[in-house]
Amino acid sequence: MLIDLKDIVKDYDNGGIITHVLKGVNLSIDEGEFVAIMGPSGSGKSTLMHTIGFLDRPTSGEYFFDGQNTKDFDDDDLAHIRNERIGFVFQSFNLLPRTTVIDNVMLPLLYSNIKTGHRHKAKVALEAVGLGDRIDFMSNQISGGQKQRVAIARALVCNPKVLFADEPTGNLDSKSGSTVMSILEQLNKEGRTVILVTHDMNVALHAHRIVTIKDGEIISDKKVDAKDRIHSKIISD
Amino acid sequence: MNSFFLNIERTIKNLLSRKGRSFLTVLGIVIGVSGVIIIISLGAGAQTLVLGQITKLGSNIVGVLPGKSNEKGPPAAVFGVQVKTLVLADANAIKDKNKVPHATAVASFVRGNVTVISGRQSVDTSFTATDGSYPQVQNVEMDHGSFFTNEESQAGANVIVLGYDVYQALFPNGGDMGAIVKLKSPNNDIGSIPFRVIGVQKKLGTVAFQNQDDQVFIPFSIGQRQLLGINYIQFIRIKVDNADNLPSTMEDIKNVLRSQHRITDPNNDDFSVRDLADAIKILTSITDALRMFLGLMAGISLVVGGIGIMNIMLVTVSERTREIGLRKSIGATSKQIRNQFLLEAVVLTFAGGIIGIVVGVLISYILALGVRYFGYDWSFIISPLSIILAVLFSVITGVIFGLYPALKAAKLDPIVALRYE
Repeated sequence: MLIDLKDIVKDYDNGGIITHVLKGVNLSIDEGEFVAIMGPSGSGKSTLMHTIGFLDRPTSGEYFFDGQNTKDFDDDDLAHIRNERIGFVFQSFNLLPRTTVIDNVMLPLLYSNIKTGHRHKAKVALEAVGLGDRIDFMSNQISGGQKQRVAIARALVCNPKVLFADEPTGNLDSKSGSTVMSILEQLNKEGRTVILVTHDMNVALHAHRIVTIKDGEIISDKKVDAKDRIHSKIISD
Repeated sequence: MNSFFLNIERTIKNLLSRKGRSFLTVLGIVIGVSGVIIIISLGAGAQTLVLGQITKLGSNIVGVLPGKSNEKGPPAAVFGVQVKTLVLADANAIKDKNKVPHATAVASFVRGNVTVISGRQSVDTSFTATDGSYPQVQNVEMDHGSFFTNEESQAGANVIVLGYDVYQALFPNGGDMGAIVKLKSPNNDIGSIPFRVIGVQKKLGTVAFQNQDDQVFIPFSIGQRQLLGINYIQFIRIKVDNADNLPSTMEDIKNVLRSQHRITDPNNDDFSVRDLADAIKILTSITDALRMFLGLMAGISLVVGGIGIMNIMLVTVSERTREIGLRKSIGATSKQIRNQFLLEAVVLTFAGGIIGIVVGVLISYILALGVRYFGYDWSFIISPLSIILAVLFSVITGVIFGLYPALKAAKLDPIVALRYE
């Protein structure tokens, strides 16, 4: 078991008004799974992803990651986990402006214990997403789809166990979106755990399991039959 | 260590990607640092200029002025108060080798205004009436001719030595030694007295705010009696053989004058004995204080520059909130974020310091050239200490004023930062 959430509760305190965002979530994800977390906006799916991704701490409940209880981890420990074992892909790419593609991909290595071979690792990651010929471009000189692929390369460069993708196709046209999804499929096929957060069923159907959340509670957790799955192709742009 | 340099390299790259912003950020530091450098350089240049001019007048000189003064302040005679207690007998007593053994030359002085006439040319200038021993007391260089002798001055001979500017004004086409000029004093109406030109002084320029070339020298007695019509001495200058004998000679002179004036209590002294070192000390302390004050002003501009850096760093932090969130989400610790922004501030201020030094040295040099153009013996001095201080100060400014924005960046919550629009 890679991820094991037990009765996770998250409350936000907005000047005395307490909002219950997660109301006792139990969820287990095995290594190598491809899971989509679905739900309407305000359902708590982003908060759940942030909690699983160690960007946020639960108010109560226990979170075992790779067999370890994460309760006693301090902020620096969490930063190290985010760096070494988790990769994030965001809807809005979040690349550094005025910076080359390869420097963007090398960024996580800067905060890692890996001291050498940064450029080579970044190059390998960029080749894996089909952008080996764009390494010296500025991040604002490439298309949206390419930006998201750079973001995926950045998420991969430290060789993490889990890849989180938060609406990865939300800002993309269908062609670029298709390419991004096929890359995620491929990464999962190679054994990496992929957790997808989306409100779009066509995106969610790429996954092998769909967890639906509403009002801070999981209302369904279903396997997707192989025949129902959507497969995307790389469409060159 | 290696990753430290890597971080610096990355920071520089990062800052260079925002050239305009970075330059404006450091402008305050550049101005502050170059201000400090320029002020310290100008101060040192002015000090050496003034000291150089004083020593040009001659070294190991003791001056005697009439009137009492305390050790620190100037004597009353400096302010134009006429004190008549010093007379020729006093000067002659100082000349006594048994009483003042280390005095090698003694010159008495009176000064006044005079009109010098040659044919149709006339010049209003000041005259110095002194002894033939004047060239032994002070450095005198003659353009041509010679200074008058002790015999000539004692006899009251009608001979005159012209300052360079006076000579130029009276004899625009050049004139031979031996020409006759007439002196007219505004103090009495005995008419004009003819003098024979026997020498012209070399061009000296301005020393201690007085044009040394706009004056004439005549023998002491004729100047005192006939031009001014007085019987006292305005001041005496004594040349001492060796700097080590200055204090003892000053004591000797005081004792001589006390016995001349029948003074038993030193508190009742009606004269002041000073040496040039005193004057230099007073002058140096004044210029030092001035430099400190100006340096402080420049230092304040450095602090203002630092506040400018803090301002823009704060803007930068809020502009780059998403970037900070991203960096945290991919594994940067709060400490690493803090260090990144702190390093940016320090690199910026350090670069500003270096640019400031270059600009400051350049401007100081141009100013030195400019002052030299106007004929002053100005030296271009850059003290290494001022450079070290400037760099140190700018880096410290970077740390102090960069810390708050950096801490603010480090404290950002990654989720909030990522959502920030």
